[in-house]
Amino acid sequence: MITVTGLRKAYGDHTVLDGIDLHVPPGSIFALLGPNGAGKTTTVQILSTLIDADAGEIRVAGHDPATEPDAVRAAIGVTGQFAAVDGLLTGRENLILMADLHHLGRARGRRRADELLEQFDLTDAAGKQASAYSGGMRRRLDIAMGLVGEPRLVFLDEPTAGLDPRSRQAMWQTVRALVADGVTIFLTTQYLEEADQLADRIAVLDGGRLVAEGTADELKRLVPGGHITLRFADGPALRAAAVALDTAAVDSAQLTIQVPGDGSVRTLRALLTTLDEARAEVESLTVHTPDLDDVFLALTAKEPVR
Amino acid sequence: MTTLSLAVRDSNTMLRRNLRHMQRYPAMIFYLAGMPVIFLLLFVFVFGGTLGAGLGGGRTEYLAYVVPGILLMTVGGAAAGTAVSVATDMTEGIVARFRTMAIARVSVLTGHVVGSMIQTLVSLAIVLAVALAIGFRPGAGPAAWLGVLGVLAMTSFAVTWLATALGLVAKTVEEASNTPLLLTLLPFIGSGFVPTESMPDGLRQFAEYQPFTPIMETIRALLTGGTVGDSIWWATAWCAAIALAGYLWARKRYNAR
Repeated sequence: MITVTGLRKAYGDHTVLDGIDLHVPPGSIFALLGPNGAGKTTTVQILSTLIDADAGEIRVAGHDPATEPDAVRAAIGVTGQFAAVDGLLTGRENLILMADLHHLGRARGRRRADELLEQFDLTDAAGKQASAYSGGMRRRLDIAMGLVGEPRLVFLDEPTAGLDPRSRQAMWQTVRALVADGVTIFLTTQYLEEADQLADRIAVLDGGRLVAEGTADELKRLVPGGHITLRFADGPALRAAAVALDTAAVDSAQLTIQVPGDGSVRTLRALLTTLDEARAEVESLTVHTPDLDDVFLALTAKEPVR
Repeated sequence: MTTLSLAVRDSNTMLRRNLRHMQRYPAMIFYLAGMPVIFLLLFVFVFGGTLGAGLGGGRTEYLAYVVPGILLMTVGGAAAGTAVSVATDMTEGIVARFRTMAIARVSVLTGHVVGSMIQTLVSLAIVLAVALAIGFRPGAGPAAWLGVLGVLAMTSFAVTWLATALGLVAKTVEEASNTPLLLTLLPFIGSGFVPTESMPDGLRQFAEYQPFTPIMETIRALLTGGTVGDSIWWATAWCAAIALAGYLWARKRYNAR
């Protein structure tokens, strides 16, 4: 559905995208993951014909956004980072506006608007101006507007940024339902949990380069093992433990020490024995198995100076 | 569907959107008509006796003289409204959404222009109604009135395209509201409030050759049954030039974003 090779974009001296390659098969959810300023939104803007790339081969739904923008536009639905709804229009009017712009015709447009209002749980608010909607409602309306033309490919640029946990869960449900209908989703997010929950494949973007790509499990395998966090009651216990474990991963302010380890019973027993012998009493202990956060932090913190 | 019929259809959809915005903000029209109405009352009742005497008549004669100037002031004030609504719209995410859709690009702008023209014409009707209510009795026949309507429509078309471009160029909404205000001053530095002959050299030449003067002269001649002369050609040429420049500028800016 999307194939990108060697995509580059710079604003003056500032390189935003430095040669990225992407492949998104039809019917899948692809997550582009990265910190703020990594180039996620720029990527979406290029793929959705909002801005031109400086270099690279791009095919979106079989067309080149630079030479056949209207063919690409006809195939896609876009939801921006900031809810792109018309605040002065009601929810239904917003959807009918989209239907008119898709030339659906009066009756079909209205039917489609009502379907989407129903699907996105906005029927009760259909007659209210969108400016009076809550953040979650606006975001739902925003996504619904992107779906009026029944696109085969949907771009979701940080769809849950700023949403409360319940709205986020609801949004995930919506995304899963779309994919069940055969829609391809290109998602950007800075939430690892979101990529983990939704995406078939994840690409990690940092400083305009892809630093990793694969399934959530493949990415987690990039960071071997987990760690164990030990908390101590006071400074002397902390120092005794630091000496006994011969480690520098000491946080004196929090009175904690991080020790690499997989959290198996054998590892823990050995660890606690060592600490007992050093008379360093452990107040509490948490086992941390690797998650995407570790991957993310490990991958994006490699080059602190660029 | 041909490109043209697509553009007309999408522009029509965008026009409906803009008309609905106006419907949600009915106060806007009173704001746009309010300022010229205040100036009309001020100039007729406060300055009108003296200024009318200067023209060799009185308050009634001055009222007849000043109406075209006030009408153009209305057009200029409405331009500020247009620029603000265009600039505001460009800050909204929905315009980015429009750009990702397979629609006629220019329709976002034409929707604004036609909507603003309707708003301007309604404001002009309100201003004219007040003028009639305070004793403005033009001798114009139906054909001349039609001519006045035509000149006003042509002027507001040109000024609205210019205002749309200014709204697109403005970096902030505040900037968009300020620049077009110069247009409301233009009738003063022309034949809107006093004849240009009374002005000092330099200013007088500017006043005589600036675009609003032939437009006001044409309207004045049509309303009072005087001879229109060359001014209508100058007015038409200015409007065509301003409309074309505004259109090209606006289109360039919109596509460049």
